[in-house]
Amino acid sequence: MLKKLVIGAALALTPVAAMAAGGGDQHIEDFAFSFEGPFGTYDQNQLQRGLQIYTEVCAACHGLKFVPIRTLSDEGGPHMPEDQVRAYAAEYFSVYDSVEDEDRPATPVDNFPANTNAGAPDLSLMAKARAGFHGPYGSGMNQLFKGMGGAEYIASLLDGYTGEEKEEAGTTLYENTAFPGGWISMAPPLSDELVEFSDGHANDVRAMSQDVAAFLMWTAEPKMMARQQAGFVGVLILTILSVLLYLTNKRIWAPVKGRKDS
Amino acid sequence: MSGIPHDHYEPKTGGEKWLHSRLPIVGLLYDTIMIPTPKNLNWWWIWGIVLAFCLVLQIITGIVLAMHYTPHVDLAFASVEHIMRDVNGGYMLRYVHMNGASLFFVAVYIHIFRGLFYGSYKAPREITWIVGMLIFLMMMGAGFMGYVLPWGQMSFWGATVITGLFGAIPFIGEALQTWLLGGPAVGNATLNRFFSLHYLLPFIIAALVIVHIWAFHTTGNNNPTGVDVRKGSKEEAKKDTLPFWPYFVIKDVFALVVVLVVFWAIVGFMPNYLGHPDNYIEANPLVTPAHIVPEWYFLPFYAILRAFTAEVWVVQFTSFITGGIIDAKFFGVMAMFGAIAVMALVPWLDTSRVRSGTYRPMFKWWFYLLIVDFFALMWLGAMPAEEPYASFSLIASAYWFGYFLVILPLLGVIEKPTAIPATIEEDFDAHYGKASDAKAAE
Repeated sequence: MLKKLVIGAALALTPVAAMAAGGGDQHIEDFAFSFEGPFGTYDQNQLQRGLQIYTEVCAACHGLKFVPIRTLSDEGGPHMPEDQVRAYAAEYFSVYDSVEDEDRPATPVDNFPANTNAGAPDLSLMAKARAGFHGPYGSGMNQLFKGMGGAEYIASLLDGYTGEEKEEAGTTLYENTAFPGGWISMAPPLSDELVEFSDGHANDVRAMSQDVAAFLMWTAEPKMMARQQAGFVGVLILTILSVLLYLTNKRIWAPVKGRKDS
Repeated sequence: MSGIPHDHYEPKTGGEKWLHSRLPIVGLLYDTIMIPTPKNLNWWWIWGIVLAFCLVLQIITGIVLAMHYTPHVDLAFASVEHIMRDVNGGYMLRYVHMNGASLFFVAVYIHIFRGLFYGSYKAPREITWIVGMLIFLMMMGAGFMGYVLPWGQMSFWGATVITGLFGAIPFIGEALQTWLLGGPAVGNATLNRFFSLHYLLPFIIAALVIVHIWAFHTTGNNNPTGVDVRKGSKEEAKKDTLPFWPYFVIKDVFALVVVLVVFWAIVGFMPNYLGHPDNYIEANPLVTPAHIVPEWYFLPFYAILRAFTAEVWVVQFTSFITGGIIDAKFFGVMAMFGAIAVMALVPWLDTSRVRSGTYRPMFKWWFYLLIVDFFALMWLGAMPAEEPYASFSLIASAYWFGYFLVILPLLGVIEKPTAIPATIEEDFDAHYGKASDAKAAE
């Protein structure tokens, strides 16, 4: 009975999440990101490249309103020097100051601005608000082994344009292999060599898609590395504790149970 | 306490006697912690401790989260992000609380099914069972309202669907729904009252837990054989039992820590696995998610709710004879609450005089099928409301009711139980051999 129920419990724990976005014909590529798995870490350079792409391309339409700019200097994130973050904030963003009743350059204590220009969704949590992997058959097993796949979804979407367009009710739709339904209203945002990296890193659409997806994973889950550290330490301590308790329990029960002499 | 005879607390020093004659609290704690416990309890009996731990864990993490959370439709989602990003250790607090709810329900379901298999609900433990069912209902309420608080898309739409169930009640439904929501639709008033009640319910649960423990400490624990502890004398009782401390405390805490290893791994490495991605999208009354699904622990009952559509003949028939007062929607609501009600009534539905399923050759298989049925319903609850899932849901729901309303009453009459051990001691010795050192058992 024990075994049966253990297997049952494992199945029970499979997420409902699996069925979320539905669309059966989506193609989500299982990119190998550095932050996957229990021991995964963010690639600091990749996050910085992602930030640059976000700033130069995505920020035109999309906001990051839940992300404080100061966190760009956090360890376990892009880890940029504080003066660089200050300069970055002032150079690229301005915020409305209600006391002075005018716009002023942003500082690190401000959040990234919200942006609702083109009806584009905020990207702060996008990497957790989408699941790239589902099923099979609603069992959630794919998410157990591959992860939720939010970053994979974003990268696949950015890299998933076929080049086909169509007009529908006055809106241009673009064919995309990752988007549910296959047609998305966002024009292809990236093109090869759109962004120049100072270190000369690859800047084709595929490489940049992954960089910006990684950056958005960080904006959605900025404490991931600290959390996994806590997870690892906790599991280790609890495992040791369980061994000690096992031995204690065995010892306490030994005189009561017949098979062993106390 | 009545029940199993055992040594009681005797105040020795002057100070102890002074306190004991005024407030016998030490004696109460002593009798509670030293309660004679059937020594043959197996590992299925550890989930009570896990549940007690969960309650404390949820209350502590919840109180701290409430210090940083803002129950307002414009600020709730942002305040949760504030907890995740700015509050020291806030991301751990929230993930522990989120997944703590899942652990709570894993534990309560195993605890309930353990009771169902070993007949823990049977006389004289009906009150323990009923109180337990009340706790389960309160947990569901707390879980549901807690899920609304982050004010994501699933929070909002889940709240809309579930409160809509009350709207299905004939005549008073609409007024009742408006009263529950504090307005015509889910809004700020709803969020505020849900926050208030989500904070209140755990303390009611805590009080009920004390009653639950009080009840089974009066009757004594059930055990895997279902055979009663011999209560003729202290010496006789001692052959069947061991004091809760240290034997069962250490055993249970060991099991708890093993469970926590898995729990902590989930919190640390995949905290969003059991959640729904849509809840990371801020609530938007103008955009309905493609599929509205509740948390995994509600899925079996959600499947029963959805199973009874207007196409089902039972529903059509009921609707016809009640002149349309009971429509498909209300029928579904009644079925969902009925599924819990039949479980609560099981002490009176099960006609067999044998407690433990171990000695019931036919019952066993029906019980295992009920477990399969439970997981099938859980899976079906997450599937879209279309064929073939709709038919499967109906069959699985029918079995749930059939088990409690038909199979259990009948089995008691037709089943021939196998040989039951005379005493708990006999069962224990059969498993572990007789203690070679008699005085060690003292």
